[in-house]
Amino acid sequence: MTTAALSSVPLSKAALFEAQAVKISARRNRLLSLPALLIIGIFGVLPLIIICVYSFLVAAPYGGVQWQFSTDAYLNFLFQRDIFDDTLQFTPDFLIIYLRSFLFAVVTTVICLLLGFPTAYFMATRPPAQRNWWVLLITIPFWSNLLVRTLAIMFIIRDEGLINNALIGLGVIDKPITMLYTNFAIQLGLLYAFLPFMVLPLYSSLEKLDFRLIEAAYDLYATRRQVLWRVIIPLSKPGIIAGCLLVFIPALGAYVTPLILGGGIHLMIGDLIAQQFGSGRNWPLGCAQALILMTAVLVALYFYVRNTSGKVQHG
Amino acid sequence: MGIAFENQLAAPQLPSRPAYGDNQTGTHLPERAGSLNGVIVPEQPGKNAIEVRGVRKVFGTGENQVAALDTVSVSIRENEFFTLLGPSGCGKTTLLRLIAGFDFPTAGEILLHGQDIAPLPPFKRPVNTVFQSYALFPHMTVAQNIGFGLEMLGKARAEIEARVAQMLKLVKMEALKARRTSEISGGQQQRVALARALAPQPKVLLLDEPLSALDYKLRKEMQIELKRLQHETGITFIFVTHDQEEALTMSDRIAVMSAGKILQVGTPRDIYDRPAERFVADFIGETNFLPGTVVSKQAGVATVKFASSATISAGYPEGFDPTGEVTLVVRPEHADLVPDPAKGTIAGTLANIVYFGTDTHYHVKLDGGGENFIVRHQNSRSSPVTYATGAKVGIQFEEDAARVLKD
Ligand SMILES: Nc1ncnc2c1ncn2[C@@H]1O[C@H](COP(=O)(O)OP(=O)(O)OP(=O)(O)O)[C@@H](O)[C@H]1O
Ligand SMILES: [Mg+2]
Repeated sequence: MTTAALSSVPLSKAALFEAQAVKISARRNRLLSLPALLIIGIFGVLPLIIICVYSFLVAAPYGGVQWQFSTDAYLNFLFQRDIFDDTLQFTPDFLIIYLRSFLFAVVTTVICLLLGFPTAYFMATRPPAQRNWWVLLITIPFWSNLLVRTLAIMFIIRDEGLINNALIGLGVIDKPITMLYTNFAIQLGLLYAFLPFMVLPLYSSLEKLDFRLIEAAYDLYATRRQVLWRVIIPLSKPGIIAGCLLVFIPALGAYVTPLILGGGIHLMIGDLIAQQFGSGRNWPLGCAQALILMTAVLVALYFYVRNTSGKVQHG
Repeated sequence: MGIAFENQLAAPQLPSRPAYGDNQTGTHLPERAGSLNGVIVPEQPGKNAIEVRGVRKVFGTGENQVAALDTVSVSIRENEFFTLLGPSGCGKTTLLRLIAGFDFPTAGEILLHGQDIAPLPPFKRPVNTVFQSYALFPHMTVAQNIGFGLEMLGKARAEIEARVAQMLKLVKMEALKARRTSEISGGQQQRVALARALAPQPKVLLLDEPLSALDYKLRKEMQIELKRLQHETGITFIFVTHDQEEALTMSDRIAVMSAGKILQVGTPRDIYDRPAERFVADFIGETNFLPGTVVSKQAGVATVKFASSATISAGYPEGFDPTGEVTLVVRPEHADLVPDPAKGTIAGTLANIVYFGTDTHYHVKLDGGGENFIVRHQNSRSSPVTYATGAKVGIQFEEDAARVLKD
């Protein structure tokens, strides 16, 4: 009896203590997550709410907003009010810029994937001691500002730039090829800016790949192409998904690159939105455009992730 | 156990031989295993599945050079259970990788059914591997893993399904065929790896320590299963292990390797009873080494004189000419104690008696000095004599018990 009583006392004490510990740790967890919640709230949710509210207001003549409800900003996205008879007329200018931006972003993502995959594979198959050096090389562009690097591209591809001068000097051409301020220039700039964002996630998932699986596939009569499609790509899917998202989303909203290399002639969404807050003096329209972009990205993302994760499950 | 070996049928002179599965209890498996596999596979010239000719494999460059394989030559017959046995780092995996085609020999050539396979990439060799790490595809189910090889060979879907079902049945994995390979146990993974390698019906199956990760009981079960599979499928097995007991119980022939070289190739009984070198004798089973001097020799049998001036006749390996000081090897169970020291070939004092249940080990401190000589006695109810530590005893050798070693 006494032993039972004795043993039950420390037991219940322990249980009590444990319960307390759980409570404390739960409280501590909440406390620890507070900074994250604050940051998300202040820098993520709050601006979004402001943008959302502003998009339903009326533009003030010299920038800013007038506190008066209106859906004009959204109407203006697709229509323009005729100055004379006040009717709405379909103007696809903005839509075209959006579609073009999507095209730019898709092409950027695809080319980055095609270039980035072999690069990442090469890095992941180096001896471990070498790999970190390769990662370092890939991250070198991050050491300087994107604006500076974009300006550098400008100097390389402009009419009197490095490429044209070299080609003329070699006698290949006698008139410079116009590359600056073209779609080509924007595409080149986007590729250059976002390639590392594709390579790094691809590398991190390829590095974890068990290369014995590749040997196993070769052993089971898979050709190199089959090994790639049946083993390497399915197993590096997380990296592919992450890389594509990291390239596609920022490429879609790119601002500096098209501004400098497109010369303000070939706009992308980012420049369009920036214009509304600058020379356009139409903050509600800018807000509406930003929200439409965000919605489009979210919808695209939803289908992309649903599709790819489904494929992973079916092998 | 339902494991009727062909060679068992061909050996009516050994009617009381235990079935394979009953052979798993003793502490001295070797000699029983030897009798199990004692029937020598007949020489079939020109019927070699794999021929390894003077293969060298050097890793690294300059000062870091390692000769993982140092001029290895061996022939593996069709339909043979061939084992590569040796300590860690002796080059077993390297040899398998060269046969599978994951690496290329620095020198020498490998023939498959008489054809040089150097130009063939792994996916063109009718050779499959059961990897030590299993290397199952984590993004596929058990059934998809097993069917992978057939799919890559471009077989029809119906054929693949039938074959996968057959393989699942063979390794008793039908119930788990839809599972991910990460959702099954280690032993189950091993069986899937085996089924996956067997499904395309390769000419040669390479097994790299496929049982090393399993617990004792499962390993014993899998040994039986492997032997059954090999018998049923008629595939040549090249099996890697560093477990001598496993090698002796399962193999038709064994190649003992050390430091990148093959020291001896032979049946388990050959290897156990007639080791050619000290390493082989030492690596497999317990052994006594005795120094002696060759007095005369004739027709493969040498007369060797001990320090005690007693003489004994001992066989020696083919192509070896023993002279002068040599080392003899005697297995503990091939010697016997006699109470009268004068009646033994050699004599000494009982230093230690170790009881093992099925048998007893007597450690004898020899009169001439040197290492203790171990005599193994099978225990029976009516052991005629009991010995006590400190007693003077003689040691008698059975006929052919002693062998002259090469080094
Ligand atoms: N890729 C490699 N680079 C350098 N050295 C290697 C390489 N692979 C193997 N070796 C060396 O070659 C030797 C033989 O290796 P191997 O893997 O064939 O041994 P093993 O007999 O399979 O050993 P274990 O029983 O431990 O698996 C070892 O000394 C090993 O260090
Ligand atoms: Mg190995």
